[in-house]
Amino acid sequence: MGSFALEDYVIFFVIVIGVLVAGFLAYFWRKPKTMEDISEWGIGGHRFGTVVVWFLLGGDLYTAYTLVAVPGLASSSGALGMFAITYGIMIYPIVYATMPRMWNVSKRRGYITAADYVKDRFSSRSLAMLIALTGVVAEIPYIALQIVGIKFVMESLAIPATIGLSIAFLLVAGFTFFSGLRAPALTAIIKDAIIWAAVIVIVIYVPIKLGGFAHMFQSAAAINPITVKLSPSLELGYVTLALGSALALFLYPHAITGTLGAKNTKTIRRNSALLPLYNVLLLFVAIIGIAAVVQRGSLYPSSLSSLAFPDVVLKMFPSAFTAFAFAAVVVGSIVPASIMALGSANLLTRNVYYEYINQKASSKTQSWLSRFLVIAIIVLALLFSFIPVASKDIIFLQTFGGAFILQTLPAVYLSLYTRKLNKWAVGAGWLVGLGSALYFLFEIAFASSLYKPLDFIYIGILSLVLNLATVGIGMLIFYLTGKVKNEGIIWDSEFQDFEK
Amino acid sequence: MNAILKFILLAIPYFFMVLGIGIYNRVNPTLGGWPFFYWYQLVWIFIAAILTSVVYLLERKDKNLGTGGA
Repeated sequence: MGSFALEDYVIFFVIVIGVLVAGFLAYFWRKPKTMEDISEWGIGGHRFGTVVVWFLLGGDLYTAYTLVAVPGLASSSGALGMFAITYGIMIYPIVYATMPRMWNVSKRRGYITAADYVKDRFSSRSLAMLIALTGVVAEIPYIALQIVGIKFVMESLAIPATIGLSIAFLLVAGFTFFSGLRAPALTAIIKDAIIWAAVIVIVIYVPIKLGGFAHMFQSAAAINPITVKLSPSLELGYVTLALGSALALFLYPHAITGTLGAKNTKTIRRNSALLPLYNVLLLFVAIIGIAAVVQRGSLYPSSLSSLAFPDVVLKMFPSAFTAFAFAAVVVGSIVPASIMALGSANLLTRNVYYEYINQKASSKTQSWLSRFLVIAIIVLALLFSFIPVASKDIIFLQTFGGAFILQTLPAVYLSLYTRKLNKWAVGAGWLVGLGSALYFLFEIAFASSLYKPLDFIYIGILSLVLNLATVGIGMLIFYLTGKVKNEGIIWDSEFQDFEK
Repeated sequence: MNAILKFILLAIPYFFMVLGIGIYNRVNPTLGGWPFFYWYQLVWIFIAAILTSVVYLLERKDKNLGTGGA
């Protein structure tokens, strides 16, 4: 197999084009009086219920990157690929604790981004801008990751990758331009239906073909024991990577954007309880990587690991199903790219342009600027994804971004619980966190996000510890000099739920 | 509901996932051919979801949470 007939291409293009068209049609979905409003365009006017938010947020966890990078990591590093599940388990209790508070304060004060909140919490537009720019810098490689994730699919289908990717993602930019958050919300529903269908078929069929799970794990263990348990030296790296990624996820602009799209905090709490079920499929996706090892008869070299998922599908399924599964991967990259570009555009508009360049900008002007920024960001991500080195080891790209975004944790999460944090202490922590992350990454030549000199600890967590220590020392100095006071203009009661 | 109880219920998975690594990074006992490392995590997906659901249900019982503001 591996060669495609005309009908396979029909299946592929019908699905991909169908989703792109749905993105444009989303403009008419629950259409507001005006779309020329940053809140309507940017966060769907706080309108989405439990079901839509489930797909919108689930879309963040379950993307093209998931389908390609998680089996890829499992195929080259064995059980290390399971970090995605450990990470998935640790995401939602944090979401449950923090995001209802964030939603309440954002609804009361009309915030569109986390940096909007930081500005008022600390009475500091400079700190807000730092948080905003960190978000954008972390987000762009994440978008590029979505694009790189589907390059291999394009290549296997003999579609010229550069042209195909450019057309697909400019259309994504186009539908986000028109429909705002409504586009990823509507397309996420279709996307998840397709991905779930593809993954369920694969995880049922592949183990059967390999003689059942037991036999598959045995064969994998015989090839290399790291497929069934971690090498003990990687234990610290494994748990810190999982914990760090879990803490980082809802600091990303797109996750906050999706959360603020919810119509009330009940929607967010319910989803925190329900979304973990996505992890079940994520676990099976990781196991596809182990199946790839068994089929290949050896571990994948990390430079080829992105091929693990396409390999399994190409070699074990008829071409029509392969076309369907590949369409699922492509669709899985479109939806996240849309919401990620949107979240970054909102940050640049609100916390850089509005704050520093034109404070008279109306909501209409802001919504238009954000639209054009979406296009600019997607073009930038496209260029980024065409850099050859980026397409190798794509999972590490995201972990770099994760290490940076983690350094906004004190400003965004900690401040939800205390009004006493001082902007200078938090700013210094951010500087130390970001600076040290860069230093550590340099020291190991950007080869990984795990820091070998210290037991392979995840650099994001190591820097976060230094960051928090700096914040602690800063607060201690303010305490000793008697300068600790309530900061910002937000009252504690504004974090509470609305009365019915 | 009691904030401390809520915190404990939400924090439990972190203890078993982060500090538990030395315990769950093993192959045996297997379950249906699955190495312990894999099925332990499969089980924890459900436990973590249940814990968060319990917090939600307890909070909802206390007061009618977050239905306004829409």
